[in-house]
Order: sequence, then structure tokens, then C-alpha cells
Amino acid sequence: MGYDANLPVDQAVPSPAPERLLMKGAEAIAEAAIRAGCKNFFGYPITPQNEIPEYMSARLPEVGGTFVQAESEVASINMLYGAGSAGVRCMTSSSSPGLSLMSEGFSYLIGSEVPTVVVNIMRGGPGLGNIAPSQGDYLQMTRGFGHGDQKAIVLAPASVQEAVDLMSLAFDLSEKYRNPVVVIGDGLIGQMMEPVTFAPTVQSTTEKPWATTGKPPTRKRNIINSLYLDAETLEKHVLHLFEKFGRMEAEEQRAELYLTDDQPEIVICAFGTTARIAKSAIKVLRAQGIRVGLFRLISAWPFPQQAFQTLVEPTSAFLSIEMSMGQLVQDIRTQVAGRKPVEFWGRTGGVVPTSEEMVAQVQKLHHKLVAQG
Amino acid sequence: MNHVHIDKDRCKSCGLCIEVCQHHLLDEGSDMNAKGYHPIGIHNEEKCSACGLCALMCPEGGIAVYKEQKVKS
Amino acid sequence: MPNIKTVFERSEVLTSNQFHYCPGCTHGIAHRLIAEVVSEMGIQDRTIAVCPVGCSVLAYEYFDLDVVQAAHGRAPAVATGLRRSLPEDRYVFAYQGDGDLASIGMSEIIHAANRGEKITVIFLNNAIYGMTGGQMAPTTLPGMVTTTSPYGRDTLQCGHPVRMSEMLNTLVDPVFIARGALSQPKHVIKAKKLIRQAFELQHQGFTFVELLSTCPTGWGLTPTDSMHWLEHNMVPFFPLQVFREPGHAPEAANHYTPDLKVHG
Repeated sequence: MGYDANLPVDQAVPSPAPERLLMKGAEAIAEAAIRAGCKNFFGYPITPQNEIPEYMSARLPEVGGTFVQAESEVASINMLYGAGSAGVRCMTSSSSPGLSLMSEGFSYLIGSEVPTVVVNIMRGGPGLGNIAPSQGDYLQMTRGFGHGDQKAIVLAPASVQEAVDLMSLAFDLSEKYRNPVVVIGDGLIGQMMEPVTFAPTVQSTTEKPWATTGKPPTRKRNIINSLYLDAETLEKHVLHLFEKFGRMEAEEQRAELYLTDDQPEIVICAFGTTARIAKSAIKVLRAQGIRVGLFRLISAWPFPQQAFQTLVEPTSAFLSIEMSMGQLVQDIRTQVAGRKPVEFWGRTGGVVPTSEEMVAQVQKLHHKLVAQG
Repeated sequence: MNHVHIDKDRCKSCGLCIEVCQHHLLDEGSDMNAKGYHPIGIHNEEKCSACGLCALMCPEGGIAVYKEQKVKS
Repeated sequence: MPNIKTVFERSEVLTSNQFHYCPGCTHGIAHRLIAEVVSEMGIQDRTIAVCPVGCSVLAYEYFDLDVVQAAHGRAPAVATGLRRSLPEDRYVFAYQGDGDLASIGMSEIIHAANRGEKITVIFLNNAIYGMTGGQMAPTTLPGMVTTTSPYGRDTLQCGHPVRMSEMLNTLVDPVFIARGALSQPKHVIKAKKLIRQAFELQHQGFTFVELLSTCPTGWGLTPTDSMHWLEHNMVPFFPLQVFREPGHAPEAANHYTPDLKVHG
């Protein structure tokens, strides 16, 4: 695993020994949230993430939680805002078009500093698109997902197990920074079945003195709000938010460097499903004598710059492989800043690239590099 | 004597209290508050029955009304 | 020493902040009534307000309660999330204007009511968008001139005003729906009773109080003329009435026997 869970784990409530289950990604994500202390879920049906609300509707009542099917994604994100204001661990999930509907509410969560978790199981777009897997929301998710100056941690699992682990991390990080956290997976992550092991259930004991739970005479009233009519005051508030974003950028970068120790000629940049497929392609290419490594983002925001910068000098060229028309590649180009060639290859429309296609693309780049001497 | 206290700073001289006062004891004063309004004032307070309608209609929550209980001999 | 009895004093549930509302605006009266009800019920420590976007977006400055400021139209959804996350003994109310509730937030109010959320919604209907400068609202009356219906609301183009209380009354689950007004003392006294009933019934289910209100600035009338205008023009279209009280669910609800296959 490429990440270090250095966060203080709240005192764990003993639950049955972590058993190993074969589970569908969406359901595993929901179970992981519950084991991370998630009490309330608000969501709306949209493929390919329906199993999350379905699972939540069955399981949450068993753990004293609440499931509400909202009338829309707009209502879902605003219910989440209400629940988060009460200081409860809560989440919503949706898929691409649903996330577009949630963007205003998401900006409210950030402006009002309400901790919560949002899951996006991405599908083909734009518009209605289709329900096939995609990574086409990368820029929307990582470039500030709503209006105004704002950012949020975006975690990108590449397997069902990693999705499970990142869910509890997401809840911890949302409370650590009082900022929503997004977990993005493409349709495959949601629909794949894989064996998973769950960590013991955790009951969040983080104190939330800011929560709006009813004002006892002993304290001043709490206000969850993002309105600051006076410009100077709003600027001060935004600078405070950016102080938090700065800490996130410094402390929450997460990536996996795969077979990059022997200073490979080419490094594939990818996240989620495409990164997993790339590992198979890399095996084939290395057998053919082409040294290829993989830079896999686990945090899509903050971009894992510390890890990436170690690769720029020794690497001859970078190839960003995505299920989109090239969005991550923009970040790679920014990081490389012209020092080395950065190329992109991808499939879109919900087409999942094969390792054979990836092998062919890397071979083409390799021959080009060889030709250039 | 009954007493009506009008918070001069809150008053926006909207006149809703003037209209509901049965004894027509309220009208716009000549002085001006910080917001630039002429706060409402009461005259002939001895005629005030402390019915409280003025306070009931005040959108600023700026009127308080006190009634002097006749002490039974 | 004369024995002085307090007939009326500013409620302690209001903060000391001065209201920003225009002179004569009935938002101030509505705020006062809510504060008085919360105070009289002794629930200031257990009541959370959800305020909207509109003239009353600054309501969080005026209620000495925990307050959540909601996105435009979404207060019922925010209140839902809040209500579902708080202990049973808490009280949650959403305070909304007609643009917020009956236009952008129409979906949220209907579904919160239909789910029977245990919240109270106070709906200030003044037939106009106040904060943004006097535009036409869903409750703007036919022929009424606003900044976006300069020739008067043309019902052929924009339809007729929406009667929210009647609309919500078609739903099975709400327990209290009433419309009052803030245009004269007897209505204000009645409005306070309606708010009190709504709060007291809130733990049984969804409660809704629509209050006909004025917008002197938007209507271009003095505060007192606005009150008369409301009574002569709005009340005929929006009758003052208690539409729903416990025990009076609409007829349809009583005879509906679900024939769904009941899971074992």
C-alpha cells in the first residue's frame, strides 16, 4: 500500500475479527463507511452506483443509522450539509451527472467547513453519456468542484480493497480538516467483485463543538454559514480556508510508485482502473526489454508532487493513460514543465482500454525515443 | 401610569404602531436616529391603556409595554 | 410602590442585533413570533433554525439559536438532514420566502412534506422576490407589476399564483398545514397560535405555516398601505385557513389499502 495511515485512529469498537468477504465494490464502499462510523446516508438512484444506497438502506437501520432516499442529488447534498452541520459522520454517493447537480452544495460544504464524504462512481459523459466506466470527471473533481475559491481532497482507489481502506481515511481527513472529501472510482471500481478485509468498526469520538445541535445556556450559538457580505471578511475567511488547503497539500499527498526504482525509460501516469491494467502491460513490456514504470495517483488532489518530482530527472518520457480525452495529462505536463516529453493516450465513451492496447502505445513511444537517440 | 418604551435606535418610522393605537397616542418625533429615521414617540402617555397592540405590530421588536396594576385597597 | 406588570417585551430568543429589513417589513414580525413561541415553549436550548437565501438570509443574525444557513431553495432538505441527525427531543424549523420555497425549492418542500419530516416550515409569502429587487415570484398575483412583470403578471405567459398550503394538503403525511397573515393585530395574534401549534405538533410529523406578508419596498407602497393591499388583494386568492390538523388527513388517505406484496 502506498499510503501511511498516520492518523490517530479513534478508539476502536471491537467488532468481529476482520473477516475476508467477496464483495461488489459499491457494497464494500458502503460497508466500509459504516465501519468508519458513518451514521447517515442521503442519496439518489443513478447507475453505476445504485448498490451503495441499496446497501445503506438495508444496513444503516441495523447500526442505528438513517438512510434517506432524496428526491434528487441536489436534495441529497443539502441533506448531507444538514447532517454534517449536526456533527454526524454522514455521506452521499452518486455518479457523474449527479455530481454536477451537487456542485453548488459541495461549495457550501467547503465554505461552511462541514466535514462529510462524497463518493463519485464515474460514468461515460458528457451529458447523459452512458453507464460504462469513465474517468472523465478528473478535472471537475480536482479543480475545485463547485463555484468560488475552494479545494477538497480527492482519493482515487484502484481496487475494492483500496476503496474500503480509503473510505475510513476519507472520514478521518474530512474531520481533520473540516472539509468534505471525495472518493472517486470509475464504474469498474463500483461494479467489480473482489475479496476484501474490513478493519474493526470505529466510532468517531471527535468532539465537534461547532456543531448545531441546539444551544445550551452554557455556550454561544453555533452558526453554520458561508455568507460573508463584507468583502474584507470573506477574504479573511477564504484565506483561512486556503491555509487548510495548504496543509492538505503538504500532508495528504498519496501515490504508488510501481517498478520505478531502476530508473525506467518510460513512466506511465494513471489512477484507478487504468493504473491496474497498466501493471499488466508493464509486465509484458519488461519481458520485451522495455523498462517501464508506473506513477499511480492515490490522491488525485492534492496531486502527489513530492513523489512525482523524483521521477522527472531519470525518466525519458511520460505517458498519461486515461479513460478520458486527456485530463490527468494536464497535471503531468504542469509538473514536468517541459523538461521531458509528456504524451497522452486514452479511450473515452466508457471504453475500457486493454493491456494489449497499452503495450502497443508504449512500444510506439519507445521506438520514437530510440529513433531520437 | 402605564408605560410604552420605544427603542429610538431600532425604530424605522414605519408607522404600523401609529395605525393600531386605539387612542392615537403615537406619532413621528422630530429627532432623528442613527439610521436617519424619525423615531415614533408617545404623547399623553397617561391615556395609554397598555393594550400592547403597538408592540404586537412592531416589525423591529422595538416596543415594550408595561401596565401599572391598580393596587386593590 | 406601583405594581408594574410587563405586557410586552422583546423576546430573549432574539439577539440584540437590529433587523436589516425595510421599514414595515413583516419578516420582523414573523421573527418575533417565532422567538416568542420558542421562548414560551422553553425550547431555546433544543431548537435549530435553518434560514434560506432571500431577505431573511441574515436571519442567523437575529435568532439566538443554533442556525444553519441553507442554499437557495434547499432549506427543507437541510432541515431533513439535520432532523435525522439530532436527538428526538430537538426542534428544527426552516424559515423561507416564496421565491426560495415555491420556485427553486419547490421539489424540496414537497418531498420533505411528503416524507413527513418532523420539522416545521414557516413560509413567508409576500408575492415577490424582495432581496434581489422586486421580481415576480410564483405567488405574484395576476396583473401585479414587478421588475420582471412590468406590464403586470400575464397569466397566459406565467400562469397563476401557486397556493402552497392547498398543494401540500393533497399529501397524506403532513400533520399541520395552515395559512395566516401578518397584516393586522388579530391576524398576528392568530399567526402566533398557528406557529405554536406547528411547533407543538412537530414531533408527530411535518408542520407548515404559510404567512401572508408584505414587501413595502417591492410593492412600492407605504407599510400601512401594504397591509391594506395584502388584505384586499392577497387574502381573496390565498384564503386564511387551517387546512390540516391531526385527525383530518385528506379523504383519499383513509381509504387507501396498499395491495403491495408484503415481505415476510
